[in-house]
Amino acid sequence: MSKVENSSPSTFDCRQAFVEELIALAREDSRIVAVCNDSVGSSNLLAFKKEFPDRLINVGIAEQNMVGVAAGLANGGLLPFVCAASPFLTGRALEQIKADVAYSNFPVALCGMSPGMAYGELGPTHHSIEDLAWIRAIGSLPVIVPADPIETRSAMRWFVASGSPAFIRVSRYKVPAVMPEGQAFELGKSITLRDGNDVTLMAIGTMVSRALEAAEQLAAQGLSARVINASSVKPLDADAVLRAARETGAIVTVEEAIIYGGLGGAVAELVVQHHPVPMRIMGVPDFAPTGSTTFLFKHFGLTAEGIAQQARSLLNARKEH
Amino acid sequence: VLRINPAQPQWPERDRFILSKGHCAAALYSMLAACGFFSPDRLAHFVADLSPLNGHPNRRKIPGVETNTGPLGHGLPVAVGCATAAQITHKEWRTFVVLGDGELQEGSNWEAAMCAAHRGLGSLTAVVDRNRLQQGASTAETNELEPLADKWRAFGWDVLMVNGHSHAELIQALTMLHPERPRVVIANTIKGKGASFMENGVEWHHKVPSDAQYEAALKELDQ
Repeated sequence: MSKVENSSPSTFDCRQAFVEELIALAREDSRIVAVCNDSVGSSNLLAFKKEFPDRLINVGIAEQNMVGVAAGLANGGLLPFVCAASPFLTGRALEQIKADVAYSNFPVALCGMSPGMAYGELGPTHHSIEDLAWIRAIGSLPVIVPADPIETRSAMRWFVASGSPAFIRVSRYKVPAVMPEGQAFELGKSITLRDGNDVTLMAIGTMVSRALEAAEQLAAQGLSARVINASSVKPLDADAVLRAARETGAIVTVEEAIIYGGLGGAVAELVVQHHPVPMRIMGVPDFAPTGSTTFLFKHFGLTAEGIAQQARSLLNARKEH
Repeated sequence: VLRINPAQPQWPERDRFILSKGHCAAALYSMLAACGFFSPDRLAHFVADLSPLNGHPNRRKIPGVETNTGPLGHGLPVAVGCATAAQITHKEWRTFVVLGDGELQEGSNWEAAMCAAHRGLGSLTAVVDRNRLQQGASTAETNELEPLADKWRAFGWDVLMVNGHSHAELIQALTMLHPERPRVVIANTIKGKGASFMENGVEWHHKVPSDAQYEAALKELDQ
């Protein structure tokens, strides 16, 4: 797949971190197993398979069975990491996720690999921009979108310690490191990566490093932007969101997902009920055209420049009122 | 047949029983209460407002329920997971799953059937309640399942056909295992068996009898 252009000099691979952490966890804890749908390669599980051949359950191209089997493995005392391309994991097996994992409350990590527009050229059947909205609507099932390899690892460790089912969205391509080394993931908590007073940029996953860059650009123009990594999309860090609304008075959300029902929707639901402030919800408005991920990010303004521009436009609109 | 301990419903070594046709929750609840998982007094609250005895079983509320079922085609994949857990952790427990026949129209069953045979899950036994009726009409009219035994055989399962109303036949089918292959017991049954006015009546798929019908049915069953 395409490499994504980033202005940061060094980028890191979440999928590589994912498999390294999975192997580390499996060495420590015999309950850890991986479940996949013919996705040993695309989910980067070869090294895991080599070390733990009996603990990789590849059910073939059968996502409904994959998620049901994971629930059964958890019933049998194991801790399954289901590793499959996010569009098929969430779309094809949605009812299994709802009934067998979430409603039954089995500790299964549903790891949505290659989400968003990672498979840019393959078109909307392979884009996974709906996954956040779909999963967010299911009971209290946590929705976690790590921003970089450090957070990918810490979210996985949180899952093992929590005994709760969870959806973890794992980025396909390399991103700059944004989280402090050793930062533990905490469900329902966000991380403020940069303080600011004029506007808040709330981002998840691949968009966090871009929001940080946008904040740099805004600073050069005399605007002070707060940047929050809202990796716990559900439950959302309500305190941080409402503090941002009160203290900065304007919020831009940024996600590699459709603009309905994801991070933007979650923030808007909170803000509109408790402290209404002007908002912009950045993401993808419809099925995306075919194109490289780099092209699609530019096409939808999901770049540092695009985010900074939306923030400026939001602040200008607010002034006019 | 099942090795279970009602005093310790989460005993890790227990046999797993999954009712995939979750709409038969009333039968499961009665059996769990009779086994001592909870007091039979609670059965009076079946589907009452806020009752834990939901119209479909919920493991978070009722001890002895292994997984939440209701939407069809969910039980067999979960059962394959339970049996796979036993296989890879070298445990002795067996896994049983009761499937409706109409439910076999759901494709997820066949994903799971393929997987179970591929993994050689000899500890897994499925029972198909072959009453030949689904919610709206007969299975034959709706979407024919036959040749049903051949379908399972083609998927690599060991197939037994029994009279589903014969305890002797069922016990034999459920206790004599095939060492490597998953077993399916196609249990030919009559829906509403024993209450003449209910037998083979599609309208009794989901219907509550009147007091008079209830008395009449009990009288026939006592005979």
